[in-house]
Amino acid sequence: MNGIPVAARLREPTQVVFLALLGLIALGWVLVALDGGQFLTMESVVGIQQRSAALGIVAVGQTLAILAGSLDLSVAYLISLTSLVAAEIMAGQDGNIVPAVAAVLALSALVGLVNGLVITRLRVHAFIATLGVALIIRGILDHLYDGPAGKVPESFQVLGYSRIGPVPVSALLWAGVAVVAWFLLSRTRLGYRIYAVGGNEEVARLSGIRTGRIVVLTHVLCSVCAGVAGLLLASRLGAGAPTVGTDGGYDLESIAAVVLGGTALAGGKGGVAGTVGGVLLLAVLDTIFNQLEVNSFVKDVVRGVVIVIAVAVYARRTKGRSA
Amino acid sequence: MLSMRGIGKSFLGVRVLSGIDLDVTAGEVHAVVGENGAGKSTLMKIICGVHAPDEGTIEIDGRPTSFGHPLDAQRSGIAIIYQEFNLLPERTVAENVFLGREPVRRGLVDRTAMEQATERLLDELGEGSFGPREAVKRLSVAQQQVVEIVKALSVNARLVVMDEPSAALAEHEVELLYRLIGRLRERGVAVLYISHRLREVFDLADRVTVLKDGSRVTTHPIGEVTSDELIRLMVGRDLGTYFPPRSSGVGETRLSLRGAGNHKLRGIDLELRSGEIVGVAGLQGSGRSELAKAIFGAEPFTEGEMTPSRPRSVREGVALGIGLVTEDRKAEGLALHQSVRDNALLVARAVGGKDRDGVHDLLERVRLSPPRQDQEVGYLSGGNQQKVVLARWMTMAPRVLLFDEPTRGVDVGAKAAIHDLMRELANDGMAIMMISSELPELIGMSDRIVVLRDGRIAGTLPAGPSEEAIMRLAAAEVVS
Repeated sequence: MNGIPVAARLREPTQVVFLALLGLIALGWVLVALDGGQFLTMESVVGIQQRSAALGIVAVGQTLAILAGSLDLSVAYLISLTSLVAAEIMAGQDGNIVPAVAAVLALSALVGLVNGLVITRLRVHAFIATLGVALIIRGILDHLYDGPAGKVPESFQVLGYSRIGPVPVSALLWAGVAVVAWFLLSRTRLGYRIYAVGGNEEVARLSGIRTGRIVVLTHVLCSVCAGVAGLLLASRLGAGAPTVGTDGGYDLESIAAVVLGGTALAGGKGGVAGTVGGVLLLAVLDTIFNQLEVNSFVKDVVRGVVIVIAVAVYARRTKGRSA
Repeated sequence: MLSMRGIGKSFLGVRVLSGIDLDVTAGEVHAVVGENGAGKSTLMKIICGVHAPDEGTIEIDGRPTSFGHPLDAQRSGIAIIYQEFNLLPERTVAENVFLGREPVRRGLVDRTAMEQATERLLDELGEGSFGPREAVKRLSVAQQQVVEIVKALSVNARLVVMDEPSAALAEHEVELLYRLIGRLRERGVAVLYISHRLREVFDLADRVTVLKDGSRVTTHPIGEVTSDELIRLMVGRDLGTYFPPRSSGVGETRLSLRGAGNHKLRGIDLELRSGEIVGVAGLQGSGRSELAKAIFGAEPFTEGEMTPSRPRSVREGVALGIGLVTEDRKAEGLALHQSVRDNALLVARAVGGKDRDGVHDLLERVRLSPPRQDQEVGYLSGGNQQKVVLARWMTMAPRVLLFDEPTRGVDVGAKAAIHDLMRELANDGMAIMMISSELPELIGMSDRIVVLRDGRIAGTLPAGPSEEAIMRLAAAEVVS
């Protein structure tokens, strides 16, 4: 009972996703080589990192919400909104960067608070609650904006475009967010309680955990992550855009990345490491398709298949264990 | 340390407890015994703060106390171990033990302290088969129980309430439980042991309190009672209620089992005959529901013979003409938001039976009142819901019909109607098996009673046995 076989350990979802990532990179190498190209050039590695950063940050936040047994469908519109808020307040002036960032963080925390309170106080299912908030934000965006607005000063574009050696600043930001979230989950009481609430709300409640508060907090953190992603995208675009979040499909894509990383959609099981793997997996898949210049419809089909297979594999593991 | 006086509790106007007095002293193992429905679980939930009593007082160490929430009870040093464990399977042993109370050092969870404290408690209990870092999902049921006990000790519980702790354990695991309880007693922890397994009561308890029909019958030091006396105290009331007359003729064998078994059942020999109602008795965890589900094909037999044939799935069971009226109507029996008609036709639609237009006749036959087909089932009374389930099976004219607790949560009038219907169906030639934990119902209805214990048939009794006779077979009283 004490020694868990190495094979079983290896098949924990987090290991699966990183193994799959290595496998995919190897496969990509071969395919691109056969096609006469070179996979994982400096250029493509940087590309992967940059492509991943915004989704990665959103997905880390989404991981927290999902681990607590919730989920957030409002992140895509919130990203659009915060990109606009950031760019409008900055208005091309260096001196406005700090107030703009503060405003974005406060606004996203507020949206997360609303999400969390609607879910816990009004007892609306997270799916509907965050969908409702998403529609509200969309209404505001549609009413106020027809296209890109505001202007981001050049000094702020460092965030989106600069590199330190081969590592883009945006990737460092993502790594930072992921490390903080990992630390939170594995070393703080809040993290332990997030797992408890997502694992079994009644057990958590009977252990004296104020479950509602935990859910609200995860939503605040999740929305703040979306706000950070909004800042990143604004810095890249040089302006705010009312469709930047939805065009990127950050709502469903972030959930897909979390699930691909082995976090149970029902909550209580999984972690940030898996999500990072899931995001990278999707990005590498993208890169391979881009280099092979495959039709983008095929790309979507393959992504869909990969996600479904991954979840089926995890479900099989869980079932095998309980039987 | 705990003293309760005059505790009473009603649910929806039904009195489940009245005038209960109970004292538990430090280091004592106090057993509470009683039939199903005697009020044991309600009493326990009051002690642990899940329910508030309507009347009576609770004192802890001489101080009057009232619990608004399970946490209040926990802070007063009372821990409860439910039959269904309150553990997070994905988390480690230590994480579960300190859930909600994680030790913190410089703002961070102190894993080392947590794991060491857990390890120490495991050592004290003499448990070496797993460590604090093991994920709970990898532990056996018995080991999970140890985790619950460690959790109780880690909050310095002075009273541990155990609800049927042996129900989920295998024979050899019960020994471990005995050892654990011995250690608790050595530490001066009081244990309230709720069980109807008399052998355990005699092995473990210092005193025993008998509950019957929501009242305390007596409290005795264990040395002053015999198991026969206990059984007599637990049961023995006049039946008083009406049951339909038994059938005269028993016909051909509809179904027979020879040495049938699966993961829960072993060596079952049983015949169900046309015209006969066979009662199935047994304690919780004895395999009653599992027997019905195995015959029906929901949790199929994996060994032994069943004639006409052994179903491997529900579909095959239904094809053999076997129907099952499940124990939990709401979870397994009905789609509560759908209409009476949809619910009644569920089986007919699934297996493509005929006579869909006969629903109205069937609903009249089961005496659904009013026999409206468009009503949402969720709005019906428990009795009427059960009649809808019954009508559903009658659409396929089953040869064998299995009932699991057919009258649980059903009012007295509907109860009699369901009993009449069951007898009517038997007289029409159906073979009927009825599981019930209400002994009067079993005795009043059955032409023969099979008593299960630990997944085996402990004995078969002819029509009209005494409650004592059933309990004696079911409870595995002290042997010699």
